[in-house]
Amino acid sequence: MNSWIDADLVLITLTSLVLLGASRLGTTIRMVALQGVLLSPLPLLLAGDAGITLRAAGLAVATVLIKGIGFPWLMDRAVRGGSLRRELDPRLGYNASLLAGVLLLAVAFLLSSRLPLPPGEGTPLVLPAALFNILAGMFVIASRRQAITQVLGYLVLENGIYVFGVGIASHQPLLVELGILLDVFAAVFVMGIVIFHMGRELDHIDTGRMTLLNDWEKE
Amino acid sequence: MIGALIIVPALAGALCFGLRNNRARRALLVAAAAAHAALAAAAWRGSPAPTLYDWLALDDLGRLFLGITSLLFLVAAVYAVGYLAREKGRAAGDRGEDFLFRNIPEAVFTGCLLLFLSAMTLVITSRHLGLLWAGVEATTLASAPLIHFHRHRRSLEATWKYLVLCSLGIAVALLGSFFLSVALRETSSSSSLVLDDLLRRAPAADVPWLRAAFICLLVGYGTKMGLAPLHSWLPDAHSEAPSVVSALLSGALLNCAFLAILRVLQVCLAAGQGEFARDLLLGFGLFSMATAAVFLVRQPDFKRLLAYSSVEHMGLLAVGVGLGGLGNYGALLHAVSHSLTKGMLFLVAGNILAAYQTKAAGGVRGLLRGLPASGILWTAGLFAIAGSPPFGTFLSEFTLVRAALEQGRPVVAGAMLLLLAVIFAGMSRTMLAMSHGEAATKHPAESFLAVAPPAVLAALALLLGLFIPPPLETTLRLAARALGVPL
Amino acid sequence: MSGYAGLLAALVLAPLLPGVINRTKSFFAGRRGPPLLQPYFDLAKLLRKGAVYSTTTTWLFRAGPVVGLAAMLVAAALAPFGGVSAPLAFAGDFLFFAGLLGVARFATMLAALDTGSSFEGMGASREAQFAALAEPAFLLGLTAVAWKTGGLSLSGMLGTTSFATWSGAAAPLALVCVSLLVVFLAENARIPVDDPNTHLELTMIHEVMVLDHGGPDLALIQYAAALKLWVLGSLVVGIALPVRSLAHGWAFAASVAGMLALCVVVGVVESCLARLRLTRVPQLLLGAGVLSLLALFIGLK
Repeated sequence: MNSWIDADLVLITLTSLVLLGASRLGTTIRMVALQGVLLSPLPLLLAGDAGITLRAAGLAVATVLIKGIGFPWLMDRAVRGGSLRRELDPRLGYNASLLAGVLLLAVAFLLSSRLPLPPGEGTPLVLPAALFNILAGMFVIASRRQAITQVLGYLVLENGIYVFGVGIASHQPLLVELGILLDVFAAVFVMGIVIFHMGRELDHIDTGRMTLLNDWEKE
Repeated sequence: MIGALIIVPALAGALCFGLRNNRARRALLVAAAAAHAALAAAAWRGSPAPTLYDWLALDDLGRLFLGITSLLFLVAAVYAVGYLAREKGRAAGDRGEDFLFRNIPEAVFTGCLLLFLSAMTLVITSRHLGLLWAGVEATTLASAPLIHFHRHRRSLEATWKYLVLCSLGIAVALLGSFFLSVALRETSSSSSLVLDDLLRRAPAADVPWLRAAFICLLVGYGTKMGLAPLHSWLPDAHSEAPSVVSALLSGALLNCAFLAILRVLQVCLAAGQGEFARDLLLGFGLFSMATAAVFLVRQPDFKRLLAYSSVEHMGLLAVGVGLGGLGNYGALLHAVSHSLTKGMLFLVAGNILAAYQTKAAGGVRGLLRGLPASGILWTAGLFAIAGSPPFGTFLSEFTLVRAALEQGRPVVAGAMLLLLAVIFAGMSRTMLAMSHGEAATKHPAESFLAVAPPAVLAALALLLGLFIPPPLETTLRLAARALGVPL
Repeated sequence: MSGYAGLLAALVLAPLLPGVINRTKSFFAGRRGPPLLQPYFDLAKLLRKGAVYSTTTTWLFRAGPVVGLAAMLVAAALAPFGGVSAPLAFAGDFLFFAGLLGVARFATMLAALDTGSSFEGMGASREAQFAALAEPAFLLGLTAVAWKTGGLSLSGMLGTTSFATWSGAAAPLALVCVSLLVVFLAENARIPVDDPNTHLELTMIHEVMVLDHGGPDLALIQYAAALKLWVLGSLVVGIALPVRSLAHGWAFAASVAGMLALCVVVGVVESCLARLRLTRVPQLLLGAGVLSLLALFIGLK
């Protein structure tokens, strides 16, 4: 059982790494979708000896539907419908992003070695995988210009928190479900993008162009 | 009763979406605000029973912040009536940019305003850290449409930044909540995140996890509170939102985020990690003040000026709690006086903006002559926000400096005084230039609804400097005690 | 004793591998393709021919193929095969192994630069760039395996993978396998990185460096290339196959079968993929390095 969890976590980590190095919007969206699908068996796998409960099954199904299918589909629609640039234009090059990913990976492992897991909770890989996804998501948000890529970064970040919640804090009855509330934000973002990309006044939200409100250039 | 505090504004907000009549909606807004204030006042007198499995309760800290929020909201609601009437008549457009925009429907605005109040009340009264987290998320969602009131490019940009940064903060805070539940796990299967349980279990906390949890929660809720370097949404949102919303953001929302941090601080104190937590707060606080000082000097936009001033004051709050002891009391008193003063200033800024149609400080001259009422309030507000006697902020800032000196931390006290002096100089330069000089055009006399609300707040801020009412004093002392024994 | 059997197998069977790859590609292209033993025939033919040397070249040009082959021969003696130790094994020899690959590359590049041709110089520069990225991936991957298996020599690491090792550390070993496969393809100038069959000098990397070599020199180079394919392939197969769990004879047979299977995989990869744009190659190699590093982190955990 354990090795399946580890394999799943490694695959999730790999999708984030690919996402960091990806140069096309389509690849990025597909990676996020794949990650959502890979996340879904986690509650079932981690249920382990206790047997699969209705709650775990529900979480798994909800994960696939929301993270694996729902968001990526909406994003894909936004990309197809709007006049988005398919090629990404990061502030940092792809190779540099990948190297930064390595650095984040090291940080995640380092941090997780400082936080000893309570005995009997999760597997040793849960914490580093969760932390890495969180850090990678933040990195994507910080280093990409387009609003839609930032949203993708947010989804990755959220997935990291989900891994942690399911893997370690699952004894806490309410919290994991609260994590799903984070999806509300993601939904707001995605809807915002769908609306504004397809809609009127903004052909695309490029946060690199969001320089109207700035303190540095006014003087 | 606590349930009613949350449900009344929520229901009224939902009703607002359905009402078609503008007048009825505005009346409902004020009525709901008044009902909330009445309930809050009743909650001050008696101690309401906890509800919802003890997840909702009102302690001394909560009572203090509930009072501020409710009062400020009532004043803002009255102001909003005048504001909405004015916005309705105004030709939509942006001077100088030839860019037409339509405001979001008034129903959405009023509804979101009330939902915002409901969410803030949830944050204040919640004893369950998960519920508290959900409340903070709800405040973000409810306030985003408010910031996007003028459907303008700039307000869209501000809203987007606000959503991205705050949701990032919220996500980190959720992670922190997870960490906290790991740090304070119980051997038995069910462990709750209710504050009282947490405080009980705190002495046996897993220290590395608890520290990680505190850092995450401080960063997460600190984003919402506007602590530098996580503050960058704050000036944009405050300057682009309608002034009445800015007043609520600054005076009420930031306090709610501060309260969320205080809850976590309580757990850290109970776990014996007070020093670690306080040092972090102190560092963040001083850094926020320094950042604000840098951007305040020569700030050309007067609403951004006020926004950066909020960053500064949030820094002061963090410094006060970081000092502990007398600092706790000072910080809580300062939270009250800052809310009153900043609320007043933003409302006045709204009047100025309406009259001059510009946010550039350079475009506003001769306030005292052109808009006498607002001009006087604006000048008084400058002295109030900068902490001069006889205003309440003087008392609280003085207490904070005294706390630093009494604890033998002259460097902290010196840094605070230096930064306060720089900020005072920077703000007065801009704001006094706006007040004085010849008025270019003659403006019509301001309406009662535009002037009375900020005047009330100004009077309260002044009162606080002269005399602290005994019930408030008692609550402040009790609340400060919840944050550690006074020195 | 059987360590020498592995070495012997390497020396004898190495030229078979390019033959297998070519046959696989032919099969996918719908051709019959050259006979499996074609590389042997080529070598025999080349050895019978004379060499032509340009007047601008110096001894460096002649030394290149010899040094390259010598390095490969020593490397072959280091690589374990069939679950038993190599004839040459000492703690930390995987660093020496990487060094030998470097020496061979250095000799080839010097020989290429010695011709004074701009094409060959360009090839040498690309080779240097990609090798610099492939080497960290290779070393990190082997470090991860060393950590998991506890061995500090190639023989110690690769000879000891068994079913138990795999079931205990499937994730890191799989990652290292993928990473080493990429390194294997890059080092041997196979398709996603370099196209051995290209006819345009501009797009070549490895082949362009040996354009000026002929006769016995070219034979040495081709034999060394085949050996390199075998040696690096045996590392991948050594990790992937839990040969320790098998009896000696079976382990040997399984390893040979594994090598042939690897060549089929390479053939399939070459048939399905196009060569990457040159600017994307570093990313591929970097990705391999990241995989190795991830494996190392997981191993350390």
